[in-house]
Order: sequence, then structure tokens, then C-alpha cells
Amino acid sequence: MKGYLVLEDGSVWEGQAFGAVGERTGEVVFNTGMTGYQELLTDPSYCGQIVVMTYPLIGNYGVNPEDFESRRPFLRGFIVREWAEEPSNWRCEETIDAYLKRTGVIGLSGVDTRALTRRLRNHGTMRGIIGCGEVVDLEALKAQAQQAPHISGQPLVDEVTTDKPFTMENDGLNVVLMDFGAKENIARSLHQRGCRVTVVPARTSAEEVLAMNPDGIMLSNGPGDPQDVPYAAATVQILLGVKPVFGICLGHQIMARAIGCKTYKLPFGHRGSNHPVKDLSTGRVYITSQNHGFVVDGEQIPEGVTVSHINLNDGSVEGLSFQKIPAFSVQYHPEASPGPDDSGYLFDRFVEMMKQFEGGASNA
Amino acid sequence: MPKDPTLHRVMVIGSGPIIIGQAAEFDYAGTQACRALKEEGLEVILVNSNPATIMTDANIADRVYIEPLTPEFVTRILKKERPDGLLPTLGGQVGLNIARSLAKSGVLDELGVRLLGTPLSAIEKAEDRELFKEMMEQIGEPVPESTIVETLEAALEFGEAVGFPLIIRPAYTLGGTGGGIAHNMEELKAISIRGLKHSAIHQILVERSVAGWKEIEYEVIRDSANNCITVCNMENIDPVGIHTGDSIVVAPSQTLADKEYQMLRTASLKIIRALGIQGGCNVQYALDPYSYKYIVIEVNPRVSRSSALASKATGYPIAKVAAKIAIGKTLDEIKNAVTGKTYACFEPALDYVVMKIPRWPFDKFEDARRTLGTQMKATGEVMAIDRAFEPALMKAVRSLEMGVVGLWHKGIDAWDEEALEKAMVEADDRRLFVLAEAMRRGWDNDRIHGLTKIDYFFLSKIRNIVNMEQELSQWHGKGIEAVPAETLKKAKSMGFADADLVRIIGVDELTIRNYRFDQNLRPVYKMVDTCAAEFEAETPYFYSSYDQEDEAGPTERPKIAVIGSGPIRIGQGIEFDYCSVHSVWSIRDAGYESVIINNNPETVSTDFDTSDRLYFEPLLPEDVIHILSKEKPEGVIVQFGGQTAINLAGPLEKAGFKILGTSVEDIDRAEDRDRFDQVLIELGLSKPPGRTATSVEGALEVAQEIEYPVLVRPSYVLGGRAMEIVYSDDELINYMSTAVKVNPNHPVLVDKYLVGKEIEVDAIADGEQVLIPGIMEHVERAGVHSGDSIAVYPAHGLTKEQIDVVIDYTTRLALHLKVKGVLNIQYVLHEDQIYVIEVNPRSSRTVPYLSKITGIPMITIATRIILGETLAQQGYKGGLAPTPAYTAVKAPVFSFGKLLDVETSLGPEMKSTGEVLGVDADFHKAFYKALVAAGMDIPTGGTILATVADKDKEESIPLLKEFVDLGYSLVATAGTADALQAAGVPVQRVNKIGEGSPHLIDLVREDKVQLIINTLTKGKQPERDGFRIRRSAVEHSVPCLTSLDTARVLLQTLSTIQSGGNFDMIPLQEYLK
Repeated sequence: MKGYLVLEDGSVWEGQAFGAVGERTGEVVFNTGMTGYQELLTDPSYCGQIVVMTYPLIGNYGVNPEDFESRRPFLRGFIVREWAEEPSNWRCEETIDAYLKRTGVIGLSGVDTRALTRRLRNHGTMRGIIGCGEVVDLEALKAQAQQAPHISGQPLVDEVTTDKPFTMENDGLNVVLMDFGAKENIARSLHQRGCRVTVVPARTSAEEVLAMNPDGIMLSNGPGDPQDVPYAAATVQILLGVKPVFGICLGHQIMARAIGCKTYKLPFGHRGSNHPVKDLSTGRVYITSQNHGFVVDGEQIPEGVTVSHINLNDGSVEGLSFQKIPAFSVQYHPEASPGPDDSGYLFDRFVEMMKQFEGGASNA
Repeated sequence: MPKDPTLHRVMVIGSGPIIIGQAAEFDYAGTQACRALKEEGLEVILVNSNPATIMTDANIADRVYIEPLTPEFVTRILKKERPDGLLPTLGGQVGLNIARSLAKSGVLDELGVRLLGTPLSAIEKAEDRELFKEMMEQIGEPVPESTIVETLEAALEFGEAVGFPLIIRPAYTLGGTGGGIAHNMEELKAISIRGLKHSAIHQILVERSVAGWKEIEYEVIRDSANNCITVCNMENIDPVGIHTGDSIVVAPSQTLADKEYQMLRTASLKIIRALGIQGGCNVQYALDPYSYKYIVIEVNPRVSRSSALASKATGYPIAKVAAKIAIGKTLDEIKNAVTGKTYACFEPALDYVVMKIPRWPFDKFEDARRTLGTQMKATGEVMAIDRAFEPALMKAVRSLEMGVVGLWHKGIDAWDEEALEKAMVEADDRRLFVLAEAMRRGWDNDRIHGLTKIDYFFLSKIRNIVNMEQELSQWHGKGIEAVPAETLKKAKSMGFADADLVRIIGVDELTIRNYRFDQNLRPVYKMVDTCAAEFEAETPYFYSSYDQEDEAGPTERPKIAVIGSGPIRIGQGIEFDYCSVHSVWSIRDAGYESVIINNNPETVSTDFDTSDRLYFEPLLPEDVIHILSKEKPEGVIVQFGGQTAINLAGPLEKAGFKILGTSVEDIDRAEDRDRFDQVLIELGLSKPPGRTATSVEGALEVAQEIEYPVLVRPSYVLGGRAMEIVYSDDELINYMSTAVKVNPNHPVLVDKYLVGKEIEVDAIADGEQVLIPGIMEHVERAGVHSGDSIAVYPAHGLTKEQIDVVIDYTTRLALHLKVKGVLNIQYVLHEDQIYVIEVNPRSSRTVPYLSKITGIPMITIATRIILGETLAQQGYKGGLAPTPAYTAVKAPVFSFGKLLDVETSLGPEMKSTGEVLGVDADFHKAFYKALVAAGMDIPTGGTILATVADKDKEESIPLLKEFVDLGYSLVATAGTADALQAAGVPVQRVNKIGEGSPHLIDLVREDKVQLIINTLTKGKQPERDGFRIRRSAVEHSVPCLTSLDTARVLLQTLSTIQSGGNFDMIPLQEYLK
């Protein structure tokens, strides 16, 4: 069956439909990772978006039961140049087509994804609609693309966050992970380091969080515009300084907003596994996994907080460190999955911070 | 941190001659590195014995020494130049070994020269098996169960204990020389003996084989601030068991999930950090296809063949970045030259598939064992890029220029099941075609995977191609119009060449092309930009794809296209890349935009900033025509890309493109045997008598007429292939029945073999005048292929009259053939008369070295002539150029150590893979340098083993006597010993092989012989004794001369060396002063 992507600028991208059948609008973004499509498909941060893969062969190693990052995909559509009908890997249990069908994700293949990427790069991310069928009203699709909601202003975090709190038992430090659309590997990374991790819904209040008597609070990644979750910023404002806090991606942006920083939208975002980030305190550069369309404005950082990391390519803010309180945050993904493991040490740092804070508190 | 302020002068060591395992990739890396260092304001001193390289050009380094790459010679240069630092990681294994030796012997400390980039400890840890294993265990990275031994007994003991299969790898060798896989004790014994011999430190690693696992490589870079990145990973389609240099490789990896990809990436970073490398490094892994288990196979602490491939595959210039890191820059300070906006500190994202296929020399060495294993056999490689796997594979296959345009290989369709099965278990160079044939016969993937262990993913991709071929074949004979548009489009986007469709559909190529063009079914061109289009790139590095958007937009200035020379192979080496690059540079200097088309990832010509536009494409008419019809150049230059480019002249002209320089018509007059005879008659020049024969009887008739010995060769192949000198009717009949298929369509040339001095000339003509930069003479008499001869410039053995004749003939030939550009002529001086052997209307193997030694930039001058200038306008006049004060001796270098079962004696078929140059004011010293540079272990005393054919006895006795006078002792087999004794020369007798031990091979094995002089009995009779002597010489690294001419000059040289005197160490920049 034929499939189409129509962008708000009116451009039409014809291909073949795969995965689920249907019609969906979303913000069209591209990701340059060459591996990790399964993690990416289940990364809740893509909620509201149609993702274009720049690497042309997708699905080569199929889909396995272990590499999911959340309970299901939240993205609105998935565009590839070619998907593998005969995947091969020892863990592979189904094709990507079967998986998308099973989970209701509309796919489009056979598109000149490089041309599409170039357009998004030059024009910035655009709204679009993905649809399929032998006879399609392209004009209607164009109109729908233009009327589709912008990424900002949608209650995307509510769509992806957990309904109920749950706990990954362990003997070590007690971490509350505020789930704004968390990738499971954040919890796993903490759990591997001995932490007992309690995942709570995004709208959990500061009081409720503190009532759990955590040793530290982890703010997760998540979809959409940080401006759309003022409740989260308000919660974090209370938590900061009370307990050690570590924020990742949207969690980082929420922390920044909690202390009065501004956030803005990048023209086409950072999405991939190859983004260089410089740690300004050591001068070291790390290759990071990234997935964000919004970024913290480095011009208006309040006193007591410094930009700790920047993106080497565009100089945008990649991390904040708090001098007076036990808190830090990064824009990128130390939990990897997909992407390089270079920044896993940040979880160690968080654990260390919690231990010190605890030690300091008991000494006091 | 900026660059180290205490560094001013840096020495770079090149990799020397092209041999199997060390090819043009080091010219690419070295050139890039030297330029990068100069860019940073450093004075660069370069040592490399290979004159055919761009890196040894006067403008690449400040002081270029074309001298032997031995610790002794490099020490001399270090003493003269006193550099602050030495960069050893760009010259492959050779550079690394020399640096290690200089550091260990204390020379570097003594002279205050710092080793840059990679510390000695890292080199040792990566290269010494024991240290490597220790380090890996320390950092918790798995290595296979193994032992490092220095004796045969210990190897056998391990075999007893661990079981088979076992892999044997000698320490400190290139391309796995001497290694192999042993399946039983007997094989273990044989391979261990060989491996111990080949290892520079007499050490081998015996390890349990993980054959069948996935073979994955990572290219890693680290800087002094401990920043690390991986540039690229690659997956071998051939699983572990076949040397990575002989494997078909795809980038990036295709069958690894992110978890596996990151696991190995993390390990790579850990390893490069543990080694403390500042620069580039290559890590090879074996990965269990059914678990997360992996082992580290090998680490190369330097730029390598794989790093060159990774650079071309990603656009990331590894050598350039590694050089800058070595002098103290960090990754975040180095700009990404492709985007011009981002930094070198990132990891390239590919949005295409890259395929590398090795180019093997089995077309030249028909007797060689084609089976692939742990010992590399390929001389070169091709790379292809596309947006999908299938077309990348198909484009790579046709780039090989093996007469194969798709997955169908002549002859394999006739193999029986057993043969196919065997070829799958014991893979050889035809494996891909064997797979395709099995699929055509309906073998399922389980069966093929069971035999080959090739991943199902790759098998399914190859099957897609075979399925498409079968779908297309239903329209065979029905015309191209019968094929549904969608199907044809799909076939083209899968990479089917028109030339392949000719076979499948049964329509001629031109009809297919015209039909396609009518349907507007053409490829578009996409850019390689390191970042998957995330950032705008400025580098015009393109590949074709049947996709939608074209990125190679039109440009304004007039353009000239240069056709490159494809993969490195015997007979068409790096020299032609040298010529292509110089042509491109001259075109740019002349104000045109240059376009280069080539598919060799190892070369300078395919570096992204060599030309204004680079197309990484096959060199078949179809692919070139697509580019030319898009670029619409003013014209196309074909005379610099070797035979590959010359062969395109006709098809391109027919397709309406203008061939610049010598016309297609005149090229044909020089190349077509009958037409060329006519040219010689018109000019009144002599050639060795002879003519073409179209039957065995006809050939015998010609031989009768001109008398034996005669030189025979098929007319339809070039480069001396299947060429032989035969001495009798029997030999001729044997040749005609085995070596060639003679018929009216495939005639055989039968020429009188004239014994005499061979003379070679390269010249440049503008249609009115002919400039002869130099006349060279060969040490070996005619009959040895010019590429395998030692060539001397200036020709000092010719009289003034003879030189005048050569000038006259050359001038007349060039003018008569209306040559515009370069040409190469070979003559033979026989009984005081000069005969023309052949004229090549193109650049030759000798152009780079002649350009360097004479200071006449031959390719630049020729290119400007091609673009319309005259010699006079460029300040040159006709005739022979003045000769410089130095003598240059070019010596061939062979790779026999890598190719078992190959006859090593020299003849009319070319066998060498590379060359070196020796330069000195004194001829004999230059000769000595050339031999040392060629790797010959020249004995200054000891025992010479002489086995001389009857025909050569008379000539050889006085020669051997003189060796004795110089202090050598002789051993010889009966015949030769008798003759020597009769002449009163002292000699010790040794048994022939048939006479029982101890025989002459035992002497060689036991290191009791330092030099062998062995001449061929006659023609190419399978003289097993002689063959075994020559092979054992190769395997035990004993120099073996098969020509008395070489022996004679060596003798004179040894007496010169013995009488003492210094060697001149003169940089290229001072040759002409």
C-alpha cells in the first residue's frame, strides 16, 4: 500500500506504508542514530512526533523483548528509507513491521529520508501528517498538517507518565524518580548502582515526594515543551535544596525553569547518538545520546548556578551545576539506550552526592 | 591546549613500497598528515623509499628523503636533520617497527628526538602478544585462549592440550604473513615453522579459533586530554577466519543491536585509554553471533588500511586528525573540515551503506592457491557507497574490473554441487559468486549459512539480488520495453548494471541505456558529509543512488574530468593515482574545476579535498557516462588512469564526450597490434620480427620463420599477462594448449625474442615538439617485464649514437601518433640495433620517479598541453632534458611471502606489487640503496648457493669466480659444481632434492646460505627443484637472483661497498641544485 507524509509546507513524500494503517499528525523530526531504533521507538520523549531515521536500513536486527524503554511507543509515526523484512540477530523475535502493527504505529518506507532531513534542517522541524491508502486526498492532508497542533501546548507528559507509583526494590539509597516520560534505563541505571527506585507520576506533589523520605530525587526525560509542565517546575522548586536532585533532559529543563531560567526551541533539535558535549570544569568532551527540541537559555542563569556543560557544535546549554545545593542536571542522556555509555559516571556522581548529603545531614 | 611550542621540526616515516598488506592507504594517510603538520607551521622531514607516492613529492614535506626504510638509513637522516620529534604511526607496520627499533637502540634519546603520538609502551603492548594479553587481562577485556611461543615444540604442546582448530599469528608482520589456521597437528607444525621464521622477533601466537563468529572493527581516536571518539565501526561479511584485509566489509555494522554496538564501542575506548595512544587506533573483535560474548582479536596502534577505509566511508580524515593530535592539539580544537562548522570531536553519522571488496591478484597468479584465510592475499580494494546494501555491493563488484559486472561469474554455473559446497567451506575470491549460484539453484539460507557461517542478514540481501535477476530473466529476449517500468527501476536501484542486464534480458547495452534515458531513469547523486545531513556540508564528495533528490547541483566554471585508475593490482599500482592527482591539481591551477571519478578508498585521489568534485563510483562506461552527462565537462582526461581509464576512451567518445589529449583514434593506432605495425613501417622503424597467429599451426609457422626463442602472448590482454618466452615447438604447443585459447577472435602474438638491453623512455609531446625527461635502462635484459626490472636513470650504458637514435625514434613516434600529453616507449638494444617493443599512449609506472629525479613535473606539463598550451609556452623545448648529477635506481618489490605456490622467477609476466628508489651520486651505491630498500638482506660475506641452467653456465662461471674472489664461498649442485671445478673455482657440492638429505633446501632452511643464484632451465617448464629452491628462498627470506644481469651488478656493487665510502643522504629538494 502507498503511504504519504505531507508537511505543513505542502511538500509530499510518497512511499510505501508499513506497520499500522491509519492517519496521524505530529511534529516531524529526524534522528541520526545508526542503531537503537527499538529504544528510540519506545522513548516516551518522542510523544507527539513523527520520527525520520536518517540511517537508511532500519530493522536489521529486528525487535527483541529486552530493549524496550517504556511500556509502548508514544510517537505518532515512523519514517525510514527501508525496513528489513528478514532481520537477523540472536535476540530478534519479530520484525519491526510486525512490532509497529502490534503497537499501532504508522510507518512509511521508501522515502528519500536524506532529502526529507535536509528540508527539516533548512526549514526547521515542521508539522506533518502521515497517511496511507491507494487513493489519498493530498490537499486534505496538507490542510490537516497545517491545522495540526504545535508540539508546544499539548499535555504530552500526562499521556506518557505512569498512572501509579511503583518501586524497584533494592537495599541501597532510596530514590524517587519523577516520571515525565522516563526511559526505563534511568531507573535501571540507578538500580544497578544499588538504589531502591520509586517511580512516581509527573503530577506527584513535592509533599508526597518528601513523604517517601527519599535520599535523592531523579527528574526524568519526557516529551514536549518544558513550559507546558509548570506544575513540575513548581514541585521541583520546593524540592531543590531539600534533597539531592538530578535532572535529565526535560527534567533538566524543568529544574532550570524552577530557578527562573528561560527555555527556547531549537530549529531542528538534537537527536542522535553522536553529539559532543564539553564539560566546562574539566575541558573533557563526551559523546552523548541526545533527544531534545527545547533547550535552556544560557544567557539568564541565576547566581549560584553555572552552565557546566555545553554542546560543542552549537554552544547550547547541556548541563547545569548548582553551587549551594546538591543538584545538577544534563540535557543529554547518561542512561544511553540508545547511544554511547560515556556518561554513565553521572549516575555515580548522583549516588555519591546522595551519600554525602546523607552524611552531612546526619552529622548536622 | 595549543600545539606543543617546543616542536619545530618533525620527521614522518612512510611505509615504503606497496606490498600485500601495506598498500596505497599509507600514501593517503602520510600525505594528509604531512599537510596537516605543515598547516600547523611545522617543518616536515619525510623518509620513504617509495617514489610512486604523492607524499614523496617536493611540495608535501619540506625535506623529502627517498631512502631505504631501515634503522641504519633513518638514523643517518636523523643525525643530519636533527628533528625535534618523530611521528611513527603513519607508515604502517614498517614505520612502527623502525620507530621501535630506533627507540630501543637508544638512537632517539641520543639525538634528543621525541616519539610523537603513540608512546613506545603502547606500540609494544599492542604488538607484543604477551604484553597485549597481559594488558587485556588487566582491564578485563577478553582475549582468546592462547599461548605465545618461540619454539615449535611449545606450539605443538599447546595444540595437544587445547585442541583444534587453532589460529597461528606471527608477531610483528604485515598482513598476517606466515600465519594460518591449523586443523590438526601436521598443519600446526607446518604453519608454526613458517610463522616463527616470518616473525621479526621469532615469536608466534597460537590461539583457539573463533572462526565463524562475527568480525567487527572499530576505528578509535584519542587525544592528550583523554577525549575519545569512535569514527566508525565496520562489519565483515566474511566471519572470523578470513583476514579482514581479504574480507568483504560493510560500514557501519548491520547486524548489531545498539546494546552490542555500544558494548564494543565502550571496550574500544577502554582499550585506547589503557594503551595511552594519542592518535588513531583500530580494534578488531570477534563477536559470538548467539550471545554477548566477544573477544579482542587485535589492536593496531596506528593508522591502517581500515582507518583509510573508515575515513573514506565517513568523510572523517583520521590521519589528519591523528597528526594534529600527535603534536598536542585536542579533538575539540580541530575543525571538521567537511562541515567547516563542527569539530573533529564527534562521531560521524552515516546515512548510506559502504561496501569494500578486496582486489586479489589471482588473475595474474593462476597457480596461486586462491583459498582465503588468515594470511592476506589482496593487493588492493574497491569501495562503493549507496543508500542500500544491494546496490553498494553491486557497484563494488563491478568496480573490481575483473570482467564481472554483477553476481554472475563465468564458469561457476557449470560447477557441480560438490564444488559449490567445497568453495563455501573453503572460501576463495569467488565466494560471492558461488553464493549467488547456489541461490540460483535454490539452496536455502540454512544450508548456505551452515557452510559459510555468513550472517542471514547478508544472505537475504544477496538473495534479493538473485531473486531480482530471476524476475528479470522472464523477459529475456522480449526486449527492454517489455520489462515493467517499476521492475526496471527496482533493478536499477538494486544496483544492476546495464552490462549485467545485457546478459539477463538479452538486449545490447546501448539500447538499454537509450531506453532508460528516454524514461529518465538515471541515478541522482548524494553527498558524504559525516553528519547524515544534520549540518550543511561544503565538501563535494558524491555517490550515486537511484533515489529522489540530487545534491550535486550545477556549478559555473568550466570543468575537466579525470578518470582514475581503480583498485591497486599488479601492473596498475599507485603510480597511476600519483598521475591522476597531479593532473587534478594542474587542472585546478589552470583555473578549471576538476572532477575526479575513482573507487579506490586507499588513495590520495579520493581524498575529499584533492579535486573540486569527487565521485566515488565504478569505472564502467555506464557509471562514468552518468556522471559526465550530469557534469557536462569540457572534456575528459584518460591518459593518467592507467589501462582502466584508457579502456574508457572509446566508449566515452562514442557516447559523445570529448577525450582530451591524444585522440581515441591515435590511442588505438598505438594499442592495436596490426595498426601499430603499420605505423612502424611508415616510420621505417624496426621491431622484433613476428606477427599474429590465429591457430596453433599458424603460430608454429611464425616461430619457424623467425626462429626460437619467441615471445608469445594473447593479443586481447595487456600488462604482460600470460606472456611467455618459449624455446621449442613443444613448449609452444604446450603454451597454446594451456595458457591461451587461440582462435580468429583471439589471436596470439608471436614475436622474436631478442636478447639485449631494454631501454625505456617517458616523453611529453604537444604535437609539435617532444620533450624526453629521461632515458632509463634496465639492468635485466629484455624478457623480464619492465615492471619487474631494475631500471636505472640516467642510462649510463648507452653510447651517444644510441641515445640519439632513441631520441629520434621517440620524437618521430610521438609526432606521428599525434600524442598530446605523455607516452611511454620500450626499446630493446640487440646487436647494436634499436628495436621498438611497445608504445603506451598514456602515463607509465616510471613517470612519478622520473618527475622527481629530473625535477620536470611531467603530469603538470602534460595536463597543460592537454588543456591547450604548448611546451614552449611552458618554457620547455623538445629533445632530451639535461641529466642531473645523481643516479636513480628503481627496484621492484614482490609479495611472494604472502602468496604460496607462486613461481618467483622473473619473466615477461609482471609479478611485483611495488617499487623503491635508490638515489646516490654513485651508481653502485644507488643500486645498493635500492636493494636494501626493497628489503633484500644483502650479504657482505657468507655462502652463495648456485644452481645455474646449462644455457647460462658459460656466462655464469666468471661471475661466480669473482664472488669467490670477494670472499664468498660457493655451494652448487652437480652440474654447476662440475663446471665451476673445471674452471678451477672452489666449490662445495650439495645434493639436489632427489639425491636425499642433506640437500640444498636443507641448507636454506638451516640458514647456511646467504644468497641464491638460480636461473631457469628453459622457458616455463615446471622445474620442480628450481621452483622449490626459489620458494624456500622466499619463505626463509634469503635473497634469490634469477637473472645473471642482476647478479653481475650486485657483484660490482658489493665490491664498491666493501671498498668503503659514505652514502649521500640528499633530500629531493636538493637533487637539482
